Amino acid sequence: MIALIDYGAGNLTSVRKGFRAADADLFTPGQPADLSRASGIVVPGVGHFAATAALDEGWVAAIRAAGARGVPILGICLGMQWLFEGSAEAPGACGLGMMAGMCARLPRDEAGVLKVPHVGWNALNAPRPSRLLEGIPPATQVYFTHSFAAPLTPETVATCTHGTIFAAAVEKAHVFGVQFHPEKSSAAGLRILRNFAALTRA
Amino acid sequence: MLSKRLIACLDVRNGCVVKGVNFEALQEAGEPASLARRYNVEGIDEVVVLDVTATLEGRRAFEATIQAVSRELFIPLTVGGGIRTEGDAAAALDAGADKVGVNSAALADPSLLTRLAARYGSQAVVVAIDAKRNGTRFDVFARSGSTSTGRDAVEWAVEAEARGAGEVLLTSIDRDGTRAGFDCVLTAAVSTAVSIPVIASGGAGTFEHFADVFTAGRADAALAASVFHFSEHAVAELKGYLLGRGIPVRC
Repeated sequence: MIALIDYGAGNLTSVRKGFRAADADLFTPGQPADLSRASGIVVPGVGHFAATAALDEGWVAAIRAAGARGVPILGICLGMQWLFEGSAEAPGACGLGMMAGMCARLPRDEAGVLKVPHVGWNALNAPRPSRLLEGIPPATQVYFTHSFAAPLTPETVATCTHGTIFAAAVEKAHVFGVQFHPEKSSAAGLRILRNFAALTRA
Repeated sequence: MLSKRLIACLDVRNGCVVKGVNFEALQEAGEPASLARRYNVEGIDEVVVLDVTATLEGRRAFEATIQAVSRELFIPLTVGGGIRTEGDAAAALDAGADKVGVNSAALADPSLLTRLAARYGSQAVVVAIDAKRNGTRFDVFARSGSTSTGRDAVEWAVEAEARGAGEVLLTSIDRDGTRAGFDCVLTAAVSTAVSIPVIASGGAGTFEHFADVFTAGRADAALAASVFHFSEHAVAELKGYLLGRGIPVRC
């Protein structure tokens, strides 16, 4: 079963509903030790990066240990940003550091045409093949809602452009992250959740 | 490029979708979950469910309705009507909403926006503003358009953003249900004053109205009810038209 981490900053109802539609079973671990029986881990998240501070040392250690065992991990939105070293949104809060780099604010546009937060459907550009994004054609639109974003790194498997080009999806071995909300991205999003669920059964 | 969003609005009363003109003369338009299912298939980008009489009757938006609609959707769902407290918002979000729309309660106590944003993030907080022309300015009305607040719509939108709102759902009371076109002057005035997305509402009648509000009105999203409910224009046809006009939409 896939563990859905509840640290008080996620719309868990929608994520649960999405995975149910993708035929995957989820459980919400009550304590870090529960992750020992997880076949996969989903870190959801909306809101401010400071909220990730609720993922204390115990959770961090248990997630790292699961990652070391090869358990697939998926970070969604804020959960993806947390996979990085940190974010300019909350300089005092550390990320997991499984991905190198810091998240930064999307640039404001002087002309006022582009707005931040970046809210709505935007196209994915996939620079390299990805297991998570298998079956997702280039230029597929998915739903974003965020003001901060992860930098382009060798782990970037899809980019998106809003004022600047940023990492829309990352993949490093069995660790995955998506800046958009697959649970809110219609058929394409459900395909991505199904792909992740399949990876947890592999 | 970020797409302009098309949002279907379900005005719900007693579990049924209704549609009024100038906020009055409500008539029934169908069952919420079946309309939501249809819109999802047709390719709508987002759905808003407003419990239109919740505030007037002093109760929460129907959780059963929210659950039934949410089951059909894997796109964003906003719920408004009767959201007065953090508890009301929690109930709507737990029932499957992704965002809550706050109107009268935020006008009465603007700090509600800040508290909701702190707890759920700004992306979950939509300030709904009902505005009516008054000479060259736009007055904000509360309680489903029944009470003038004496506040200016642009000023209130700016304050709401500063207090934590993540989007503005801006409805022209003058145009609501008239199909005479969105109020592009109102929409542009608010959209240029804030950096958060503005959803234009009220007056959709033709494809051209949507193109107008996305260009002259500088709207980030456009919301309509009757144009979608009664199938006068399929969502796909409207999107095809907008693409032809060079306006980015999700296909």
